[in-house]
Amino acid sequence: MQTLEPILAEHPFLQGLAPEYMQLLVSCASNVRFNSGEYIFQTGQAADKFYIVRQGKVALETPSPTHGELTILTVGPGDVLGWSWLVSPYRWHFDARVLEVTRAIAFDARCLRDKCDANHDLGYEMMKRFAQVFIERLEATRLQLLDVYAVHT
Amino acid sequence: MLSTLDSFPARADAHPMQPRLYRAHKRHRETPDTFTLELEAAQDDAPFTFAPGQFNMLYVFGVGEVPISICGDPKRSNLLLHTTRDVGMVTHALSRIKRGDVIGVRGPFGTGWDVERAVTRDVLIVAGGIGLAPLRPVLYSILAQRERFGHVSLLYGARMPEELLYMPELQKWRARLDLDVAVTVDRGTRHWRGDVGVVTTLIPKAACDPARTTAFVCGPEVMMRFTIFELQKRGVSDENIVLSMERNMKCGIGLCGHCQWGPHFICRQGPVFRYNEIRDWFALKEI
Repeated sequence: MQTLEPILAEHPFLQGLAPEYMQLLVSCASNVRFNSGEYIFQTGQAADKFYIVRQGKVALETPSPTHGELTILTVGPGDVLGWSWLVSPYRWHFDARVLEVTRAIAFDARCLRDKCDANHDLGYEMMKRFAQVFIERLEATRLQLLDVYAVHT
Repeated sequence: MLSTLDSFPARADAHPMQPRLYRAHKRHRETPDTFTLELEAAQDDAPFTFAPGQFNMLYVFGVGEVPISICGDPKRSNLLLHTTRDVGMVTHALSRIKRGDVIGVRGPFGTGWDVERAVTRDVLIVAGGIGLAPLRPVLYSILAQRERFGHVSLLYGARMPEELLYMPELQKWRARLDLDVAVTVDRGTRHWRGDVGVVTTLIPKAACDPARTTAFVCGPEVMMRFTIFELQKRGVSDENIVLSMERNMKCGIGLCGHCQWGPHFICRQGPVFRYNEIRDWFALKEI
């Protein structure tokens, strides 16, 4: 049976990760596929997984009483989906709706948290990688908030 | 609109401060507040030649003059195309022009994108909002001689799906096998199935070899600043990041000083600059 290790190693989020950490991650990982229109997770549900996307497109949405579902971001190949698994109370803050058939690697959050607690070097490595994602998303959100294409009179 | 043609010089004799007359051939709406004007010469048949990135001063008689980038195909010299937003008095007057109306045109002015310097290299065209207009001639030029360039990508961001320019062309470009087109909007809607997120998020995923990439960038200055960060992160060198700047251009020939920006007159030494030429001025709040 083919192991997930080479697939994980190719993903930008995990590139360069030491083999011993990779092996630890593989034991928490599984291959998943979602069809268009399917929800990967919804607001308020337990954040018990996170995903690295290999193919497809997923919209992060939040409902608005006046505008229906608002898409705040789309993620695709090479991206990470979900970080609520990292911080208490481990609940999703947005809906993740599949726009195009999506193939991803899902990581069991409890499994990974336990491994990070047991091996702080792995935990630090994961935190560094997620911090990079947080910063990029924060910067992008700030730029979105600036509304740079609007006519400012 | 002015209708008499007698008092204006023919093209060959034109002084840069004297407008030549052009007649509106067509005006069509691109987005709710943006439109494209197609102009044809009203006085003479001499072809209008320009380099991608140059701009014209469009003069609505009795209202005023505005600098607008030329956004048509440099190979099609019989029609002069300008896409602009209806934001001020002159552009509002332009937005109401009817077929056959005559306006004054001075130009072309300024520096171009120098597409030739990108030959054999990978090309990233990064456009934000109406910034796609001055970059469209770059794309036309590259596609006309596609084999001379490496990997070519258009990364285009807009505020909302309904504010995307040149939709029919975007779809055609997307269908090409020799061009990558990535489009994103800052605010998605339920029916938008494309990407949502700022244009800078497309840069890390763009296929290119940063060491041999030329990036042509145009959009609001804030967007260009973040685009530069991302391009630098990828490893694109400052001299290969090419930007189109915008200031209050008036004379178009570097005389009046309205568009002075540090040591540069945007209308003459610009609007297109390599980032290494303007790096020190780019983030200065005072100018």
